[in-house]
Order: sequence, then C-alpha cells, then structure tokens
Amino acid sequence: MIKTLDRYEKIILGLTVLGLILGAGAIALSVLEAGIHLPTIEDRIDPAAVRDTAPFDEPGVTINSDGTATAVIIAQTWLWEPDTIEVPAGTEVEFVLTSPDVLHGFHIWDTAVNAMVIPGQVTRVTQTFDNPGEFGIVCHEYCGIGHHTMFGRVLVTP
Amino acid sequence: MIDETPHEDAKATLSGFAGELDAMPGGRVQRRYALYQAYLAFFGLALGGAIGLLQAMDRAGQDLYESVGLQSYYQGLAIHGVTLAIVFTFTFSNAWLQYATMRGFQRPLAHTWIVKTSFWLSATGIALASYALLTNQATVLYTMYAPLAAHWTYYLGAALLVVGTWAVLANQLLTLRAWRKDNPGERIPLIVFASLMTYLMWFIASLGIAVEVLVFLLPWSLGLIDGVDPLLTRTLFWFSGHPIVYFWLLPAYTSWYMVVPKRANGRLFSDPVVRVVFIMFLLLSTPVGLHHQFTDPGVDEGLKFVHGMLTFAVFFPSVITAFTLMAAFEDGGKRAGGKGLFGWIAKMPWKDPMASTQIVAMITFLFGGMSGLINASYTVNQVVHNTSFIPGHFHMTVGSAVALSFMGIAYWLVPHLTNKKLHSDLLGVVQGWTYGIGVLIFGRGLMVSGLNGQPRRVPINQASYANPEWFEGDALGAIGGFLMVAAGLMFFYNLIRTMASKTPAREHELAFEVSDVMVPAEDGPAILDRVGFWFVAAFALVLLAYIPAFITQGFDPASPMWQPW
Ligand code: HEM
Ligand SMILES: [Cu+2]
Ligand SMILES: [Cu+2]
Repeated sequence: MIKTLDRYEKIILGLTVLGLILGAGAIALSVLEAGIHLPTIEDRIDPAAVRDTAPFDEPGVTINSDGTATAVIIAQTWLWEPDTIEVPAGTEVEFVLTSPDVLHGFHIWDTAVNAMVIPGQVTRVTQTFDNPGEFGIVCHEYCGIGHHTMFGRVLVTP
Repeated sequence: MIDETPHEDAKATLSGFAGELDAMPGGRVQRRYALYQAYLAFFGLALGGAIGLLQAMDRAGQDLYESVGLQSYYQGLAIHGVTLAIVFTFTFSNAWLQYATMRGFQRPLAHTWIVKTSFWLSATGIALASYALLTNQATVLYTMYAPLAAHWTYYLGAALLVVGTWAVLANQLLTLRAWRKDNPGERIPLIVFASLMTYLMWFIASLGIAVEVLVFLLPWSLGLIDGVDPLLTRTLFWFSGHPIVYFWLLPAYTSWYMVVPKRANGRLFSDPVVRVVFIMFLLLSTPVGLHHQFTDPGVDEGLKFVHGMLTFAVFFPSVITAFTLMAAFEDGGKRAGGKGLFGWIAKMPWKDPMASTQIVAMITFLFGGMSGLINASYTVNQVVHNTSFIPGHFHMTVGSAVALSFMGIAYWLVPHLTNKKLHSDLLGVVQGWTYGIGVLIFGRGLMVSGLNGQPRRVPINQASYANPEWFEGDALGAIGGFLMVAAGLMFFYNLIRTMASKTPAREHELAFEVSDVMVPAEDGPAILDRVGFWFVAAFALVLLAYIPAFITQGFDPASPMWQPW
C-alpha cells in the first residue's frame, strides 16, 4: 500500500507525524522541565461527613512554619467556604478542596489554578502568588440555579 | 408528522438511485423511514436553535427566559445541549448513514423491521427526554454529572436514543453478511466502510454511557439504589464523551469524502488511505477520554498523561482528511479548467447549496480543529478548561463542521427522499455563508472571553462577578449568534417551502453519486476490510487504556440525589 502513495501524500503524512511528535514532545518536556502537576489520586472522603473530617472540620487559611500556606476550602452550593483567602505576597499556597453536595469547578483568575471539585474526592492544587493584588475565584462547573453567584477571592497583601 | 400514505407520485418510477431502491423489496419503506429520522433531527435542530437565540440574547444583556416560560437559563442550556448534541446529531446520522449504507450496497438494509425499530426507539427516547427537560425535571445539562439527579424519563430517553443507534449498526452488519455471500471476495464499498466504521466506533464508545445510565443513574433515579459514585459516573460519561465527537464528525466526513468531491468533479487520491483514516478513528477515538478529566481529582496523573499523548495521534487521520479533500477539490477544479496555482478554487461548486455549505463547514473546522489541539494539550488545558473558550471551540466543530454539513446534506437528501425540488438553491448558499461567518465571529467572541476568565455555563447577564473585560467577547458572541440564528431561519424556511412544494425533484437531486478514486481499494491490503479484526483490536486498546483508570480510582457509591435547580 505504501507503494501506491502519491509523492505529495507521503510528504504531508511525514510532516504531520513530525508536527504531532514535536507538539506532544514539547508538552512532555514542559511538564517535566517545569514540574507541572495536575490533581491526582488522594484519599477519598465521605461527602456526608465532610465537616467532621480533617482538614475540612476547620476550613480556612493556615500559614505553615516553612512560610507556605494551606487553604482548606469547602465548595458547596453556592459559596466557597471561606470565600476570601488572604496571604502575603510570595507565598506558595496549597489549596485543598472537597464538596459535600454536587460538582463544582475551582478557577482562580489570572493563574493556572483550574481544577474540578468532586464529592467523595479531595482536590489539591498549588500556586505561588508573587505579586500583591486581588484574584477572583469562580465556580466553572454547573452546580444548580445559583451557579453564577458562586464567587470568592484571593487577597494577596504586600 | 408521519404520513404513511404514499404520495401521488409514489407509484411513478423515479430516476436515479431513489428509483432503483424503490424497485427492491423494502426499499421504499426504508427510504421513508430514513426521512422520518431526518425529521426527528430537524425537530431537535429547531428547538435547540430557538434556545440558541435566548443564549445570544443573554450575551447581549437581555434575559428572556421567563417570558418564554422557562424556569432558568440552565433549563434552556439543558435543552440546547441535549437537542443539538444528542438528538439532532444521532438522528441525522441514523438517517444519513443508513441511507449511505443502502447506496453503497445497492440494496435495502437486511431488515425493514429494524429500520422501523431504530426510528421508534429514537422517537420514544426524544419524547421521554423532552418531557423531563421541558418540565424542568432534567436541568442537569447534557453531561448529566451525578449527583445532579434528573427524572428517570430523562435517563431512559437517553438510553433509548443510544439503543436506536445500535439498531442501525446491527442492520448494517446483517446486511454486510448477506452482501458478502452474494459478492464473495469483493471489497466493501468505501461509503459503506465509512458508515460502518462510524457506527462500530460508536458502539464501543457508547458502552460507557450505557453502563452509566443503565447500571447507575436510571436505578438511582427510580430509588432502587441509594447512592452513586460521582467520579465513576463522570469517568463513564467521558469514556463515551470524547468518542461521541467522532460519532458527530464521521457522518460529516463520510459526506465530505464520498459526496462533495464528486459534486466538485474531483477524485479522491486513494481508497485504501481513506479506509486507514476510518480504522484509525475506530482504534483511537475511545482510549483518550481522560483528556476531559485532566483537572479531576481521583484520576491518576500518569494515566492522564498517557491519554493526553494518545490524543495527539487521533489528530493524524483528520490531517490526512484535510489533505485528501483539498487534493480532490484541486483535481476537480483543474479538470473543470481552473488555471494556475489557485484557479481551481474559483471552479469549486460554490453555487451548489449542498456542496458549498459543506465546504464552508470544512473551513470552520480548520479553526475548530486547531482550537481542539489547544484543549487537548495536557498543560495549556489549565488555561481554558471550563471557560467560555470551550463552547467557542465546539461551535466550530459540532456546532458548524457537523451541524452545517448536516444542513448541507439535507439540501440534497430531503429533495432526494421526498421527490420535491429544493425551494431555493441561492438561499441555501447564502445560508451556508451566513452561518459560517456567524459561527466564526461567535467562536472568536467566546474564546476571547474565555481567555479572560469567563466560566462556561453561566448566564453572563446575571453573573454577580461579570467582568468589563468580557464586553468585547460577549458582543461578538451576540452578533455571531444572531447571524447563526438568522441562518437557521433561512434553513427552515427553505426546508418548509421545499416540503410544501409540488415541483418534483431535479435529476441531480434524485441521483446519489459517490466519489471516484485514483488508487482503488484492491491496491490496499485485504486486512483493511477485516471488520471483525479491527473491532477486536479497538476493544482491546480501550480495555488497556481504561482498566487501570477504573481500578485505581476505586468505588464508593456515597452520593444521594441532588436537584438544586
Ligand atoms: C443557533 C445558533 C446557536 C447559538 C446562538 C448558540 C449559542 C450557545 C451558547 C452561547 C452556548 C454557551 C452557553 C454557556 O456555556 O453558558 C452554547 C452551548 C452549547 N451549544 Fe450552542 N449555539 C447555537 C447552535 C448550536 C449548535 C448547532 C450546536 C450543535 C449541534 C450547539 C451545541 C451546543 C452545546 C453542546 C453546548 C453546551 C451546552 C452545555 O454546556 O451544557 N449549539 N450555545
Ligand atoms: Cu458552580
Ligand atoms: Cu475530547
């Protein structure tokens, strides 16, 4: 069958394979080089017992001894609890989330923080906030009639 | 809607394939049922398109939901998604590819009762799902992520629509068996091969949603089981949810390969290469579904990466398609006297509504495909996931490459099946361009807002956090959306005038000619036609890609029903 391929056909097939390998390779490289991580498997949690399960029994921000921060957030219809996360500039923040009800989507504006929150699962994402400012948090997965009111903010103080 | 009595002219012999088919046992009835499936599709398109208008109005700052009797934007969005992405696409594919299979085999399908059953399954499914949607009992959107819980009629309706597509596959396979007996050693006609691979691919793919609905959601909604595991049902959904995009697309590809080049007087380079394209879709469509779950907790990061890389392979057959089609148009244009490097472009069938509309659809797909590469990129996806970028992207794929192609096919298929001349060729051509330009403006608008952080599935007009940066994108979204709706009105006007007309179809409407090839099927290896072999290979690949995902994510059916709308 290869014999029956036209010359142009061979060229375009070759270029396509090359382009796709380069594209996929660039992504693989960026993941390895920059150490990019996506949410992965964590312990499961009982959605009916979220408030009795650590760390969700105490939602809020903790500044750790090494200078990083941990923000524990419950995503629920239709608010983030807490809805304001305050950290000093330069802090690396680990966000830890779950949902006691339906799916929600966690997206912080102007950052690459973008993750699903699924009942029964714990979502962990990390982001360093270098500059002071205010960053909106929107829910980007449909979660019912109040979905478009589910909003919060990260306040980065100087 | 369903008129069982034969038309006056029905006894007269028609010219072209329509007449040949009618002369065979079952041919006339099957032809009519193909038309009925297309009517179901038009119902879906009309209802979904009407909601599209409300969505465009929302971007223009007007909330019309209450005034048309809908509870919310979300109820509208659920109707829009289901009627367009499921009802319209499934039933149009059933109509078109059943008919294409008959054309390729030059005979009706093996069993007329299965053709009828497929129609009734689809029709019942649509009735059940519409009931739940219109009464605001299924405002779970078309993705139906549990633990959002719809009324059981919604899940049953979805299941019946899927089983309706399985009936088409069963009939294709039975017909293939009978045809092989009569034509030993012959290569499967290319248009049949394409149609069959489409349905075979979808059969494997649909097992995910079938298990999701029949094992979990339906019993749960009936109160037979207490809880579901939201991650498992979501994974099952995306098991089907990525390949479903190829179930939308491949019927359009079948027409792009087999019908449009012929109208353009062009030949396909190579039959075996087209077969390879469809085989690649069969093999690679499903084992990549985790790329929709890049941002999910509970799904192993390494598996996400594997699916992400495999996703790039599935672009390959689409690039070959773009090449083969352009080569065919160039061939046709040159044979029609086009001179120089680009003279052939002017010779393309721009005045033919069926062909030109589909060529516009192909152009929009260039942008749809490119933006798809962005979404599929493991890392870049973080920027666009679940923002308005995504609906911006898929209106340039399913919302135009597919939807506009189906409208283009309808410009020929409806006259063909009803023996009525298309009311206006010119209006059809204008409609295609209006929609194409509209969708590109619309897509650009939504993408820009998405890059500025606008979440999808949100009534922007009511969002508490609406952002002034979104103004430009929303304005383009509204303008483009209005053009799309205007084009939809042109389409339905043309369709209704056609169906109401008494002028018989023209000769080229009654004919069903398929593309010629330069390199025939016989020059390719015989293994390309080993349908069973490719099916088993595809199934094995899916198991390899998904078994680790299901094992590692575990199972805990702890979520009760939620109906927060
Ligand atoms: C008539 C012109 C159309 C307009 C103005 C329109 C407008 C829109 C808008 C603004 C959205 C985004 C809603 C949101 O994220 O909040 C949307 C979603 C969607 N559209 Fe369209 N659309 C049109 C036609 C189509 C067609 C022809 C198809 C497919 C065949 C389609 C399929 C979809 C799907 C699947 C969604 C996603 C629904 C969801 O998120 O649940 N649309 N449409
Ligand atoms: Cu939400
Ligand atoms: Cu996909």
